[in-house]
Amino acid sequence: MSTVTLQHETDTEWRQPAKGTVAMITLIIAESAIFTIFVVAYLYYIGRDVHGPTPKQVLEIPWANSVCLLSSSLFIMLAEHAIAHGKMAAFKLWWAVTFLLGLIFLVGTGVEWKKLIFEDHLTISTNLFGTTYYSLVGLHAFHVIVGLLLMLVVLVLALLGFVEKKHAERVKTLALYWHFVDVVWIVVFTVVYVVGR
Amino acid sequence: MGSQTYPVAGGLQTETAPSRHGYLEEIHSWIVTVDHKKLGIMYIVYALLFLVIGGLEAILMRIQLAAPGLHFLEPQTFNRMFTMHGTTMVFLVGMMILFGFGNYLVPLMIGARDMAFPRLNAFSFWMSALAGILLYFSFIGGNGLAGTGTAPDMGWFAYAPLTEKAFSPGHTTDYWTIALLANGIGSIGTSINILATVFCMRTKGMTLMRMPMLPWLYATMSFLTLLAISPLTAAQAMLMIDRYLGGHFFDTQAGGSAILWAHFFWIFGHPEVYVLVLPAFGMASEIIPVFSRKAIFGYPAMVAASVSIGFISLGVWAHHMFTIGLTSYGNAFFTLSTMLVGVPTGIKLFNWLATLWGGKIQYRPPMMFAAAYLIQFLIAGLTGIMLSVSAWDWQLHNSYFVVAHFHYVLVGAIVFMLFSALYYWYPKMTGRMLDEKLAKWHFWLFLIGFHLTFDLMHIPGLLGMPRWIYTYEADRGWGTLNLLISIGGVIQGIAVLIFVYNMVHSYFKGELAGPDPWDAWTLEWATASPPPSYNFATDPVVGSRRPLWDLKHPDDPDSAFE
Repeated sequence: MSTVTLQHETDTEWRQPAKGTVAMITLIIAESAIFTIFVVAYLYYIGRDVHGPTPKQVLEIPWANSVCLLSSSLFIMLAEHAIAHGKMAAFKLWWAVTFLLGLIFLVGTGVEWKKLIFEDHLTISTNLFGTTYYSLVGLHAFHVIVGLLLMLVVLVLALLGFVEKKHAERVKTLALYWHFVDVVWIVVFTVVYVVGR
Repeated sequence: MGSQTYPVAGGLQTETAPSRHGYLEEIHSWIVTVDHKKLGIMYIVYALLFLVIGGLEAILMRIQLAAPGLHFLEPQTFNRMFTMHGTTMVFLVGMMILFGFGNYLVPLMIGARDMAFPRLNAFSFWMSALAGILLYFSFIGGNGLAGTGTAPDMGWFAYAPLTEKAFSPGHTTDYWTIALLANGIGSIGTSINILATVFCMRTKGMTLMRMPMLPWLYATMSFLTLLAISPLTAAQAMLMIDRYLGGHFFDTQAGGSAILWAHFFWIFGHPEVYVLVLPAFGMASEIIPVFSRKAIFGYPAMVAASVSIGFISLGVWAHHMFTIGLTSYGNAFFTLSTMLVGVPTGIKLFNWLATLWGGKIQYRPPMMFAAAYLIQFLIAGLTGIMLSVSAWDWQLHNSYFVVAHFHYVLVGAIVFMLFSALYYWYPKMTGRMLDEKLAKWHFWLFLIGFHLTFDLMHIPGLLGMPRWIYTYEADRGWGTLNLLISIGGVIQGIAVLIFVYNMVHSYFKGELAGPDPWDAWTLEWATASPPPSYNFATDPVVGSRRPLWDLKHPDDPDSAFE
C-alpha cells in the first residue's frame, strides 16, 4: 500500500488547547446564559408585587457568607498552584479549606432561608419576590452543591493518595468551575442584595 | 471513479469481515456504543422516524383544512396536531438529524478518531431520545393515564399564561416542558462536545483556516446552541416552578408577565432557526463545490459570514413580537438588525453562485437538491426581509404568509439540504449508493409538492387567513387555494415515502459505493465506506483545505498555493 505524505511543515509543533478546558469554558458560556435569564427575570420583577413581604422588610446582607465564598476562590488558586508544583500536602490543605468555606456558605444560605420561611413567611409561592428570590439564589446554591460534591470526590481521592501531580490539569478544570460559581455570586449578590433591596 | 482508492497515510486496507452475531448482540452493541458514527446514525434514524410522524400530523391538518367547514378533526385535536407537529419538527427532527450529521461527519472531516468526549456523546443522544418518548407519551399519559388520550395543545411556543396551571390542567404541558428540558440538556452536551472536538482534536496540519466549511458551520451552530438553548432551559425551569411549586413567573394574576415569556422564548426561538440552518449551509458548502468540480469560492469570506450570522442572530428575536407592542425604538432596532442578517447571508449565496460559475456541474441527486435549495433559500430570505419591516409584519403577523415564510426556510432550505446530504453521505455511512432513478422521482415529486404547498400558502395569508384556525367559512374564498395546498402536502408525503423505500432498498441491494464515489476532497472519503470504528489507522496529515485533491494530483497540489 503506497502512502503519500501531505505535510509540508513537519517540524512545526502541533498544539491544540486541552479539551477539558475548552469543554468547561463552553459549559460556563451555557450556564451564563441560564443565569442571565434568571437575573433578567429578577430585575424585571423588582417592585412589581401586589403584596409583601418585600426585600427591604426581610432581606439581610449576608456579609460573612459572601466573604467565605469569595475567599474560597483564593484558596483554590493556592491549591492549583500547589498541585502544579507537586506539593501534595499543601494541595490537600488548601483544597480542604476551599471545600469548608463552600460548605459554610451553603449552611449560611440554609440558615437564611430558614429565617425567611419560618419567621417572615416568605415561600416560593408567596409572591413574585419569593418566586424570583428562591429561584435565583437556589439556582446558584445548586451550583455550589454540585461544586462541593465534585470537590469532595477529589478531596477523598487525594486523602487516599490517588491524586498526583499529573492530575493538575483536571484540578484546574474543576477550579475553573468553582471560580465561575464565585463570579456568579458577585452578580447575584449585587442584584438581590444591593439593587433589589 | 468509484473503484479507485486513494490511500492517505491513515487509509486502512484491512478488510474485516463483519462477524455474524445474533440480532440481540447487534442491538446491544448499538445501545452501549460510544462510537460517534453509530451515534450519528442513530440520531439520523431517530429523526427520520419522527419526520414521518410529524409529517403525518401535518397531513392530518391539511386534510382538515382542504375544504371549508370540514369536521375531520375536532378543534382541540387540531390544536394538539399543530403543537405536536411544531415541537416534533424543531426538536426531534431538526436538532436530532443535524446533530446526527455533526456527530458522524465532524470527527471524520478533521481526521479525528472520535469526538472529544465519547461517553458524553452517548449520554447526550439518549437524553435527546428520551425527549421524544416523553413528548409522545403525553398522548396516553397527558391527563394522568385516565384512558383519555391527549397531548399538549398550546402551540409550539406555548405563550403564557395559557401554560399556567389554571388554563392548562392535567399533565400535557408538563410532558412538553420536561421533554424540551431533556432535549435541551442533550443539545448542550453535544454542542460542548462538537466545540471541544473542533478546537482540540484536529489532525496534524489542519489549522482552523484549513478546516472544511462543515466543521466551521457546526462550531458556529454549537456556539449558538449554547447561547440559545440555555435561555429555553431556564424558561422551562421557570414554567415548572410555576406549575409545580406555585411560583408566579408567568402568572399574570399575581403580577407575572406574559410578555417576559415571549421574550425568553424568542431569545431562544430566533437563534434556533439559525442553529437549524447553519449546518445546512455547511452541507451546501461541501456538496456544491464537489458537484461543480471547483474549490469553494471565497473560503475566508464564507467563514466570516457564517460566524457573523451567528452573532447577528442573537439580536433579532423581538421581530417575532412586533404586534405585542414594543416602543418605536424597539421596532426600529429589531427591523434593522433583522435586515442586517441579509448581508452575510447574501455573501454566502453569492459565494455559492460563484462556486457554480464556470464549473462542470454534475446534476447527480445531491446536486439537484442543492440547486433547488439555493433558489428556495433565496425566496425564503426575501419574504423574511419583507416580514422584518414592522409595519408589514403588523398586517401579516400570525397569518399563513408567516407560516409559508418559515416553512420555506425549514423545508425549502433545510429539508432540501438534508435530502441532499443524505444522498451525498449515505454511501459513506452504509457502503452502498442510493438508487438514482428513485432519487429523481423523489426529487421531482417533492419539488412539485413543495412549491404547490408553500408558494400558494403565501396567498391565503395575504388574503387574511390566520394560522391556528381549524376551519374557515366558504365565503372567504380560501377554499380552492387550501385544497391545492393540501394536495401539495400529500405529494410531498408520497415523495418522502419513495425516499424511505429507497433508503431501505438500497441498504440491501444498492450498488457498492467504494471509499470515494463522488471523487471528493475532504478526509471522510479517504477511509473505507463504512469507515472502521477507528476511522483512520494512522492520523492523517494535511497541507491544504482539500487533502484528497493534493493526494490525487501530486503534480498540482493546493498546498503549493497556500
